[in-house]
Amino acid sequence: MKTPNKIMLTGNKAAAWGARMAGVEYVPAFPITPQTEIVETLAKWFADGTLQGKFTNMDSEHSMFMAAGSAGATGVRVFTASSSQGILHGLESLYTITGWRVPMVLVNVSRALATPITLEPDHNDVMSTRDCGLIQLHAETCQEVFDFILMGYRVAEEVCLPVLVNMDGFYLSFTREPVLIPDEQEVRSFLPLYTATQPVFQASRPMARASAVFGGATYTSFKLQQELACRNAEGCFNRVAQDFEKHFGRLYGPVETFHLDDAEYVFVMSNSFATKGKSAVQKLRQQGIKAGLLKLRLFRPFPGEAIASALAGHAKVAVIDQNLAPGMGGITYPEIVTSLYAREDRPEKILSVIGGLGGKDMDDQDFMAIIENLDKLDGGSPLYLYDEKDVSGFNRLQQIAELKEAES
Amino acid sequence: MKVLTAVHKKIKDLHPHEAIAPGTGLCAGCGGLEGLRMGLKELGDDFLICNAAGCFTLLSVYPFTPLKGSWLYTTMGGPVPAAQGVRDALDIRMRHKGLEEKENLNVIVVAGDGSSNDMGFGPTSAAIHRGLDFIYFCYDNEAYGNTGFQLSAASPYGSATQTTPSTDVHEAGTEMNKKDLFEIWKAQKPVYLATVSPREPIDLSNKFARAKDLKGPRMFICMSPCPTGWGFDPKEAQQIAKLAVDTGIFPVKEYFEGEMVHTVRPRKRLPVEKFLERQKRFRHLFAPHRQDEVIEQIQSRVDDYWRKYD
Repeated sequence: MKTPNKIMLTGNKAAAWGARMAGVEYVPAFPITPQTEIVETLAKWFADGTLQGKFTNMDSEHSMFMAAGSAGATGVRVFTASSSQGILHGLESLYTITGWRVPMVLVNVSRALATPITLEPDHNDVMSTRDCGLIQLHAETCQEVFDFILMGYRVAEEVCLPVLVNMDGFYLSFTREPVLIPDEQEVRSFLPLYTATQPVFQASRPMARASAVFGGATYTSFKLQQELACRNAEGCFNRVAQDFEKHFGRLYGPVETFHLDDAEYVFVMSNSFATKGKSAVQKLRQQGIKAGLLKLRLFRPFPGEAIASALAGHAKVAVIDQNLAPGMGGITYPEIVTSLYAREDRPEKILSVIGGLGGKDMDDQDFMAIIENLDKLDGGSPLYLYDEKDVSGFNRLQQIAELKEAES
Repeated sequence: MKVLTAVHKKIKDLHPHEAIAPGTGLCAGCGGLEGLRMGLKELGDDFLICNAAGCFTLLSVYPFTPLKGSWLYTTMGGPVPAAQGVRDALDIRMRHKGLEEKENLNVIVVAGDGSSNDMGFGPTSAAIHRGLDFIYFCYDNEAYGNTGFQLSAASPYGSATQTTPSTDVHEAGTEMNKKDLFEIWKAQKPVYLATVSPREPIDLSNKFARAKDLKGPRMFICMSPCPTGWGFDPKEAQQIAKLAVDTGIFPVKEYFEGEMVHTVRPRKRLPVEKFLERQKRFRHLFAPHRQDEVIEQIQSRVDDYWRKYD
């Protein structure tokens, strides 16, 4: 193994480098903050000949995902990226192309959804794609973004489904971290240049794809094939991860554990805020509180067994959702609780926590509030990480807007 | 202006070859299907149709396809960007991955007037802007036909649709004018743009033959008499299509290299009534009482149009 280059990259640049090293041939693109840096970078590389193929400026995310999908069905390695409203605008296309069973990798740079419109991250955008049949990998670091793209193509091309790699806007997309970029030959031995193994559109092979169906049984046949392919993707991911470790020395399980073995309190987190969670765990341990963390990486297919095995036997678990399904609460919470239901040694308490909405920071006090809630018999669930100082901050804004008379 | 040669002079010249087999799920007497059938004769079998949600989605119902070429059902607003992805991928494979030229495909979009005028309108404009090398076939039956005939932006003034019915309060039914998709597309100067009628097969075939050898956006609007939506017996489809041309309601024309030409001109235009009176969607203009004002408005719009070219 040649010594890889270590360079400082933002999450966005790491994504662009991932696509570049994967040898992508086609990028249909549409700008949206905070993702734009990815497609700008790729546009330059296609324009100056660094990358061979085509970069096409599209007119919307709906169009972009359609073009990505149909190009995937025509036999080229496709990459694209989006975020937030773009994901929602393109959601119909995402459902469509997962049904087409085409391989590709797309990056979502998480950003909260309107209304109100904002730029900072939470995960309602990526969660909106939860049920459309995408494989989802959630990245905490710039290195994970890069690595997951390479791994993503292996998985996508084996199970014939698109892979979405998620990272948080701003917190990761614009944060520079050292990223190991392996030698191109080493990448090629892990991920060869693309040759489609499935039938693709060309004159000698006429075929009808995505034809209409009549009757629920025919529809169900297709949907169950998609379901099986997506479920197979977990085993595929694990095999690819082992091969990735052989080539590059980094092993990625479907979940990551941090000080979990003897933990009495476990935070379940994902993406860049897991770094904040890990820091909180270390501080809590210094205070003698046995905290630990479970980080979700593979979110679709849902690795229920891996998650349940990691959480079973721990007394108190807090599932921190940086998303909100109004009227229900955290979106991942019920999935995690379900995975534990059949376990006799399931946690005594599994708390739903809603935090980090619209990029709202999570500090040590927030993690302490979670610990305190976990210690109470009836702490109230979900726990919203929104406290007195947040209320007074909002009141100040209203005063500025003269919605309320100044209190003084 | 480049001289466009007419490949075909009489019906006997048309290809006997069929790219669409009979017996599809489409309605008997569908004018659009006849238009597409004849168009594909010219284009040959090496095509891929990107289809928008609409009547023609029923062309391929699993596990059947009537087509010699390929088919990809997309979404109502997405057939054109899907065509972009296929075109780009084929170009990439031919340029960089050793795909032989003979594997190339004519990429065709087949979409109804609903998709073309409404949901798919923006993406189509964007593709013309990008100069996408494709053929667009819009079958225009002047409403959302597949869902049971509701108003689209192509529904003409005075027609009744399920969502613009004629009532005592709104006697005319549809009170808006049909969007002039031809002029809107023309404003973007596509490489080729034509209207075609299934009743003018030689004109239609020649236009597809011309478009075949051009590169870039090649746009077709096909007048598509619709027995179920317009309300006439399927066997009358050709007569209705002929009346649309002969009354001047549907101008048969072509735009190429900056010039617009009417390729079929009605010698003496028949009154619009001749076209209207044979369709259920216009019946309210004649019974229980005649709506002279509405009929006159339809006539005067047609007259205004042709006055510019007479």
